[in-house]
Amino acid sequence: MRIELEVNSVTYALDVEERTTLLDCLRDALGLKGAHAGCEHGVCGACTVLLDGVAVRSCLIFAPQAEGSAITTIEGLSPSPGELSPIQDAFCETHGMQCGYCTPAMILVAYALLADNPSPTREEIVEAISGNICRCTGYAQIVEAIALAAERIRGANRPLELRK
Amino acid sequence: MSAGHHRYVATNRRVREDRRFVAGKGQFVADIDLPNMKHVALVTCPYAAARIKSIDKKAALATPGVHYVLDGAELAAATLPLMTGLDTPNVPRRPLAFEVARYSGEWVAAVVADTRALAEDAAEAIEIDYEPLPFVLDAEQAIAPGASLVHEPHGSNVLLDKTFVWGEVDKDFATSPHKLSLRVKWARSSTVPIETFGVVASWDPWSDILDVYASIQMPRYTDQIGAALKIAGSSVRVHYDVDVGGSYGVKRGIKHTVLCGYLARRLGFPVRLIEDRLENMRGGDAHGPERLFDIEVAFDNDGIVRSMKMRALENVGAYAGRSPFQLGKPIGAIVGPYKIRSVQYRAMAVVTNKTTQEAVRGFGQAPTNLAIERVMDEVANVLGLDPLEVRRRNLIRSDEFPYQIPSGTTYDSGNYETVIAKVLADTSYDELKKERDRLRAEGNLAGIGIAACLEPSGGNATFEALLNPANTTSTFMDSCRINVDGLGAITATMHTTSSGQGHETLVGTVIGEVLQLDPDIIRVTRPDSLNSLPSGTPVASRMAIMLGGAAFHAAHKLKMKLTTIAAHDLGIPMERAVYERGEVYDRNAPDKRRSWMDLVAIAHRNYHRMPQDFEPGLAVEHIYQVPTGGTLPTKDGRVQMYPCFSFEFHLLLLAIDPDLGVPEILRYRLGHDCGTQINPKIVRGMTLGGIAHGIGAAFYEEFAYNDDGQLIAQTFMDYLLPSSQEVPAVDIIDHETPSPHTVLGQKGSGESGYLGAPAAIANAVNDALRPLGVSINTLPLKISKLGDLIAEAQAKKG
Amino acid sequence: MKAAPFRYFRAADIDEACALLAADEGARVIAGGQTLVPMMVMRLARPTRLIDINRIAALSYIRKDANGIAIGATTRQCLVERDALVATELPLLARAIPFIGHNATRARGTIGGSLANADPAAELSLIAITLDATLSYRAGGKTSHIPARDFFVGPMTTSLPAGACLTGVCFPVWLGKIGVGFHEVNARRSDFAFVSAAAQVEFGPDGKCKRIAIGVGAATDFPMRLDTAEQQLKGTALDERTVGAALREALSDFEPLSDLHASAEYRRRAADKLAARAIADACAHAQGKKTHAH
Repeated sequence: MRIELEVNSVTYALDVEERTTLLDCLRDALGLKGAHAGCEHGVCGACTVLLDGVAVRSCLIFAPQAEGSAITTIEGLSPSPGELSPIQDAFCETHGMQCGYCTPAMILVAYALLADNPSPTREEIVEAISGNICRCTGYAQIVEAIALAAERIRGANRPLELRK
Repeated sequence: MSAGHHRYVATNRRVREDRRFVAGKGQFVADIDLPNMKHVALVTCPYAAARIKSIDKKAALATPGVHYVLDGAELAAATLPLMTGLDTPNVPRRPLAFEVARYSGEWVAAVVADTRALAEDAAEAIEIDYEPLPFVLDAEQAIAPGASLVHEPHGSNVLLDKTFVWGEVDKDFATSPHKLSLRVKWARSSTVPIETFGVVASWDPWSDILDVYASIQMPRYTDQIGAALKIAGSSVRVHYDVDVGGSYGVKRGIKHTVLCGYLARRLGFPVRLIEDRLENMRGGDAHGPERLFDIEVAFDNDGIVRSMKMRALENVGAYAGRSPFQLGKPIGAIVGPYKIRSVQYRAMAVVTNKTTQEAVRGFGQAPTNLAIERVMDEVANVLGLDPLEVRRRNLIRSDEFPYQIPSGTTYDSGNYETVIAKVLADTSYDELKKERDRLRAEGNLAGIGIAACLEPSGGNATFEALLNPANTTSTFMDSCRINVDGLGAITATMHTTSSGQGHETLVGTVIGEVLQLDPDIIRVTRPDSLNSLPSGTPVASRMAIMLGGAAFHAAHKLKMKLTTIAAHDLGIPMERAVYERGEVYDRNAPDKRRSWMDLVAIAHRNYHRMPQDFEPGLAVEHIYQVPTGGTLPTKDGRVQMYPCFSFEFHLLLLAIDPDLGVPEILRYRLGHDCGTQINPKIVRGMTLGGIAHGIGAAFYEEFAYNDDGQLIAQTFMDYLLPSSQEVPAVDIIDHETPSPHTVLGQKGSGESGYLGAPAAIANAVNDALRPLGVSINTLPLKISKLGDLIAEAQAKKG
Repeated sequence: MKAAPFRYFRAADIDEACALLAADEGARVIAGGQTLVPMMVMRLARPTRLIDINRIAALSYIRKDANGIAIGATTRQCLVERDALVATELPLLARAIPFIGHNATRARGTIGGSLANADPAAELSLIAITLDATLSYRAGGKTSHIPARDFFVGPMTTSLPAGACLTGVCFPVWLGKIGVGFHEVNARRSDFAFVSAAAQVEFGPDGKCKRIAIGVGAATDFPMRLDTAEQQLKGTALDERTVGAALREALSDFEPLSDLHASAEYRRRAADKLAARAIADACAHAQGKKTHAH
């Protein structure tokens, strides 16, 4: 089936089986490997992408369903090759990861949170990431990363923007 | 070697691996696309035990996009069974069931197709005629007379039954005024990484090399692949630069790898198997310990425990690789941090018709700590003493190190009383008790839980020889190579995979420390197995010690080389040559110096200026044997195991809703001593992760089976992993008692938190239930169980 | 875990969706997909056709009508969660919605999807039963309505006829002085509840209970109303003892579910406790007081 997907502000014409999930489409058809399969049944959140700015599980969306939405993956967050966005840099500062498998998803959830709520409390951060499982960190350094990112973004005096 | 002042070690440097992960540029096995690669899906047995009578592949092979269907008979004829730890030739283990399938979910056939989806379509079309057989699920039933045999040729369901007696157990029991026995059950749980196991195998018949990319954490991986496929280890090229999405022990994937390796060689194109979650949970063979402890202690009126008898009965599942050794590793810390002077230990490994286990973080230590710590609390309870006071009376004192325990291991160093004191200085024990009492007065159930546990680290795995006398392994090594190129750039290599422990950062930091150069300029790479030196891989909480040690010694060799070249070129004796930050100068005339670039030029291009017979270039390597290693067990079963012992002290306050049985951890403090912390951020992260993992094992996680032998917790909807909501804030209070055995005083911390959290939580829950006169010694401490227990107790009382 | 093959259709309007459903016995509607897709990738559900109704704008709405607050079937749960009308007019629904799954699942999951799925533990089913909601569906060009009590007939089973598609649900609004309470118990926050309880109370000028609705979910194949308790509690001050006695009697003879997560006895006791807490919360809520943190 022919579909058109807008991913990280670029529109792609693709030919995929209807049953291909958005996750598999991003990874296999577009080579965007940052979204990861952890359970493929919508619990672990490692497949998280943003759909029109909202964090969703890409393993629970069939690719044709995503037509007409603006999809953002982790690859769309780096300002330029080799350069880290404030949230990505904050995760590096607090070592908010270990194996890195849940990390792109966590960062995208953080992005969606901070776009909506620039000054989240610790409880709000914990709640925001509660749909994403991490087996390595116990979450503390992830929460610290998001709090640090919020602080730096507020201090930077400019709006949080996606790379266009 | 003491901690001392460091330039780079023990500072909060950024972990260099993080950069690629935050950009989504990690290279996980599922990210690897090889040209013409095909995909595997598995056909699994639906019965707990069944004879495989026939496999009809016709419809599957007729499905478009399908290339091959492999069954157990073909694979058994072409490969050798997988390696095992124990000497059990009549319990062969194969990637695909051969003639008999022995657990529900066991892999019976493999389909190869153009896509994973097509392979799954075809897998559904395979018709298998099974004859269901009797099965047994419970370990105690499996050893009872009349139990059905999981492996008929083996003659029983017992793989291992070995009893050790260290010290005068009978005498100590006879002369002690008190005895107490307890049964403690650690339910079947595992580490369950978010990334499942995956492997891509590709055979090149022109170079006779099997390329393997895998999400692997396993010692002797290439050995196992070569042995099973009957090819030389030098025909196997494992790519160690694959990022592993979490493992914590379980990603051994040997059956997946042999399966794909065989298919790649047979079919002539690359073959990929990425377990889906169902394959992983049911048949990935990555379950963890399911252990029943019967523990008895003899103690005096002061609560001093003199002797302990422990029977550990392990339900290993239908087959066994190394997992029964998880009964042996705890022998190296069998008395925990206590001065128990005699021990009787019976290790039993039993097969049942459940999924096979793999090595889980701690390799049996966490369940053993649970048993010991529950008993210590019960000793306190029986005598009416405070549980913390009982610990204090039994703990090895700091002036008693090095301390040899009855089973022959010597603990290197420790200062348990100081760690505890530091935690209590931060959080007053009396205040915590008052808070508990206040909660109780408000109608809650509330309890304080403590656990004092050791983390044996370093991986001198002499339990192998202890449990299997045919095994005479006493070499446990790791390695590092450093090369400085012709323009002065430094590259170091490490020879194994990582799954988030920051090993590249570790190597860079240690080398930078020795060379007094910024670690960030040191490139760290992972060559493949054909280009690697030996490595024991990240198991046994060993890498800080072993890889750190290898990198340290290699860096020293490099420093020595540079100093020697400079001294020669300066015309001064070695004693006058001072190395400082990459340069060497004459102590007596500091202006006489050679810079880094000078020395690089001499080594690479000016042989006429080199010392006599000196190797040109600046390449060094070091292969490092585990400290205190190199001995085998005595006849009476005593041996030195791991060299270093980290210590953790858990203190937590917990409340339980008496109506609903819902537990909530209100305060959590951890005192942690792992000697010198090479990178504190990494250590803290792993400890907090370990605690979260321990919370999962304590409250939520269980591979539950129904009476038909079906795994009912086979998705994440039923196997419950802690989310951020289930993990409370934890304060860690650090202390550093260096190890005398390691290059920087570092000990291991890869298992920290996990080793003691379930014990501390179980103790807290029992403290909370104590006013009701009930106790619970089975994990997981599920809400429903707690609720039922509380209701029963309240009904009896009221 | 890849779904079995299917043909994908995007319906422009509800009648097209129904026509596509009618044309193929194996056809199913997909809205949010948060429960359907996991079933499909585990091959427990194998529709031959998937009819995507997400783009039917006419099915996504939250509005006040003569019968109460009407919510379209494809309205995302997160929209209902944030809606001002729902917050003021349907406080019980507003209270329950954050308990449904996670942010990411509420971002896609729909009101209609959850109701049609009829999971015994679903919060929306419980609220629909408790508030006597009316569900609407379309089949063969005709719209029909069915009370919630008649809609849920078994675990994961509704009385929706074959070929029909849920179009919306209408929740009656209670006027007067209202208080609501909602509680659930689960292993982890956001898991399927072992037991849940919802209560809505209307208080008279004398401060006594004028009207009360109590629902218990997740304990049985579909949520139940505690009709006898409601009768007994009408006109009372809803003091602890009276509530306790009424609940005990109402729950004395039901057969709770037993599974991996909770025993039947646990569910029985928890139903009692949670219902009592929900009623207590409703009282506090009506008086403007703080309620139980779950």
